[in-house]
Amino acid sequence: MAQYEPVIGLEVHVELKTNTKIFCNSSTAFGADPNHHTCPVCLGLPGVLPVTNKKVVEFAIKAGLALNCQIAPFSKFDRKNYYYPDLPKNYQVSQFDLPIAEHGFLEIEVDGNTKRVGITRVHMEEDAGKLVHQGTISDSSFSLVDYNRTGVPLIEIVSEPDMRSPEEASAYLEKLKAIIQYTGISDCKMQEGSLRCDANVSVRPLGQEEFGTRAELKNMNSFKALQKALVYEIKRQIKINEEGGRVIQETRSWDEAKGVSLSLRSKEEAHDYRYFPEPDLVPMVISKDWVDEIRTTLPELPDERQARFVEQYGLPAYDAIVLTSLKEMADYYEQCVEQFNNPKAVSNWIMGDFSRLMNADNMEINDVRIQPAQLAKMLQLLEKGTISGKIAKTIFEDMFATGRDPDIIVQEKGLVQISDEGAIESIVTDVLANNPKSVEDYRAGKNQALGFLVGQVMKATKGKANPGMVNKLLKEKL
Amino acid sequence: MELYYLTAHQLHDMLIKKEISAEEITRAVFGRIEAVEDKIRAYVTLTRETAERQAREVDKSIAAGEKISPLAGIPIAIKDNMCTAGVRTTCASKILYNFVPPYNATVIERLNEALSVMTGKTNMDEFAMGSSTENSAFFTTCNPWDTDRVPGGSSGGSAAAVAAGETIVALGSDTGGSIRQPASYCGVVGLKPTYGSVSRFGLVAYASSLDQIGPITRDVTDCALVFNAISGHDPQDSTSAPYDQPDYTSYLTGDIKGLKIGVPKEYMGEGIDPAVREVIRETVKVFSGLGAQVEETSLPHSEYALPAYYLLATAEASSNLARYDGVRYGYRYKEAEDIVDMFMKTRSEGFGAEVKRRIMLGTYALSAGYYDAFYNQALKVRTLIKGDFDQAFEKYDLLLSPVAPGPAFKRGEKIADPLQMYMVDICTLSINLAGIPAISLPGGFVNKLPVGLQLIGKPFGEGDILRAAYAFEQSGARCCKLNLLQV
Repeated sequence: MAQYEPVIGLEVHVELKTNTKIFCNSSTAFGADPNHHTCPVCLGLPGVLPVTNKKVVEFAIKAGLALNCQIAPFSKFDRKNYYYPDLPKNYQVSQFDLPIAEHGFLEIEVDGNTKRVGITRVHMEEDAGKLVHQGTISDSSFSLVDYNRTGVPLIEIVSEPDMRSPEEASAYLEKLKAIIQYTGISDCKMQEGSLRCDANVSVRPLGQEEFGTRAELKNMNSFKALQKALVYEIKRQIKINEEGGRVIQETRSWDEAKGVSLSLRSKEEAHDYRYFPEPDLVPMVISKDWVDEIRTTLPELPDERQARFVEQYGLPAYDAIVLTSLKEMADYYEQCVEQFNNPKAVSNWIMGDFSRLMNADNMEINDVRIQPAQLAKMLQLLEKGTISGKIAKTIFEDMFATGRDPDIIVQEKGLVQISDEGAIESIVTDVLANNPKSVEDYRAGKNQALGFLVGQVMKATKGKANPGMVNKLLKEKL
Repeated sequence: MELYYLTAHQLHDMLIKKEISAEEITRAVFGRIEAVEDKIRAYVTLTRETAERQAREVDKSIAAGEKISPLAGIPIAIKDNMCTAGVRTTCASKILYNFVPPYNATVIERLNEALSVMTGKTNMDEFAMGSSTENSAFFTTCNPWDTDRVPGGSSGGSAAAVAAGETIVALGSDTGGSIRQPASYCGVVGLKPTYGSVSRFGLVAYASSLDQIGPITRDVTDCALVFNAISGHDPQDSTSAPYDQPDYTSYLTGDIKGLKIGVPKEYMGEGIDPAVREVIRETVKVFSGLGAQVEETSLPHSEYALPAYYLLATAEASSNLARYDGVRYGYRYKEAEDIVDMFMKTRSEGFGAEVKRRIMLGTYALSAGYYDAFYNQALKVRTLIKGDFDQAFEKYDLLLSPVAPGPAFKRGEKIADPLQMYMVDICTLSINLAGIPAISLPGGFVNKLPVGLQLIGKPFGEGDILRAAYAFEQSGARCCKLNLLQV
């Protein structure tokens, strides 16, 4: 049986975080009442004309630079013509043959190897509106349209077909998201739709140069969905090949609930978008000076920051990758380290309990109540021995839930660690007296008996005894 | 002469001398409309109440001793493809029969600032597609010189209203000759300005890269006054040019000594009525007599203008008119089975035959596999045509030609044959493709019907055009006397 290799390319739409829309002054704020953020221009009323929001071009150039692209000295908008009720003009202003940026790349890490994925192009376009159906699209007798999102600026980032597994595709999307977030031009929230991803997938026998026929996958609304949809699609195509069939070129839609993809339209039914230059907008001449100016506003990007974390904080590469994958997390980390100079300890806590609790509650860093200074303070208490590691976990959970200062929690719950040798010694004596069997076992060479005895001491002190001290005293007495 | 047959500048003089009031002017014009509109049918919508109210405001300003602009209190008719807040704007189409814009076109804002008085919205070929106003979905406008004949188009309502005394001045729009040809047919002055000199914001688009709003008036001075009011950069129109706007009346000196005028031979050949050619040759003599140097020249790519125009204009139109789908405003087919059915039936029933013809032509020109052969090829021709003009303007200040191959034709004469109708615009299309300005000026008569001459200028050369046009008009050779009108 032939071995198959998947070939994957991604098309990612990113909503830009400008205050106003791409061609008018309407607000881009998310979550307003339907059709609240509209005006004659974004509603496409007869006679209106677009005027390009300069910030959108600036942000698109910024994205292009962050993705190592060449910025076009001359760029223009085109009309993409198709009929849909969420598109008020029945054409979308987009870019066709002269996109704002081309020929870039980003680097991903998979299984410890670095791989470069090419970026074909970055182009600007306007978003469409949203249809609202009563019930489902098939049984609703009418649909309502909300044009708030119409004209919200987007960039589309098209990759080369350079990815060879769902893991690589995921890593690419993670990295792309991190880079875009770092530049500050988008929130990249997949749930709110400010980051959307389509995939082009084909398979070919391993060793074959030529690409197989591809399918375009749409409607993956999370990283998990992308991963699942790709695995499903690759299996589907391999199965067709093995059964002697032929994969057809088509657009398929991922159904997350059912875990399957369904054909949306075949190549024959594909739209002819009849692109042509948007005559209502003049072509843009992008000066080198402007590009250089924008370049100076680029922040430190994930790769640079990751390298710096290894260098400056002596972190393992893995820690550095995880911490820098989200700008907010890296910022949080650095604020914390500034006040508690044990980089690895801080990393362990953020990657450990911190992330665990955050993920369990589906939270983002900005929602977390613990301030970096509070985490630093807790780590100081731990370092000084005021609290034990075990107590620290309890305190941390309290802090996470309430946002209170660690010393307040320690005082209120009486959780200060007992490090008074005399106090612990008397409890150790009691425990040994009450557990002669274990004492005997230990002396007979059963080392695990010591663990039991330590546990008994901790139990007696409600976990507050300094564990190091307990160990030391027990061994002495035994 | 009756008030309604005076010019804006004459009325302005009378207003500031307090010989008449703005309200009297407005009443006179509406009186004239009542008298002749049945025969002419220039208007789709009349706005008498607001007009009279606006006129009274002007009278208050005058009474208060305020300085008023040259267009204050002057009745102006607006082609029904310019958006007027609160006033129906139909483009003479069933698909927009009930559309009331919530905003004003920039030109309307500027006219409001000038305190001019809007009389109403004028009839036109549907979406400005046509040369006779017969493509209006509502009714056909008649030529005031001979009501069996068309007023030209697509701005036929505006030109007829000016010629018949149903307004003092008007605005039209010109994509391939839609101001100049009706001006020629109706014996009035019509200016198609340089692309980018008048804001298109609020002008319902036919072909975005060709459309331009301009004045239709009774004389050159009024033309300059209206152009002064409506031109100039508009940040709401990205194709609007930032340029230093002169006072165009400063060009009205009467002196054209040494002006170099070329007459392109391609515009004087076959296909042009010999009687029209004769009229143009007479005007050449007038210009020479005024001290201009006139000689024959050539625009070698002229013959390709018509096909290039009909590919580019229709391609843009196919996209511009896509928004009329019944979803948000205008006509909607009510019994549709689903959304696609609604789109199709709304558009099939909402658009007229010529509009549908052009949408299909344009859709085809942009289709996969045909784009290079049609749209791209037409763009190249456009560049060549522009090059022809650039070359000619290295040698000449202006070019002189007929506006149309003949005088106004009879209603129904060409409507069944689209190609014959398209040929009516052969002298005007190239100017839109090149983006340059041109005026249509009464130049003489053929069979008692007015015939215009066209003066074509360099980009933003409206000043030179108006200078020559004014000198011609003042020479007394102007043959169209409005009081000849017997309607």
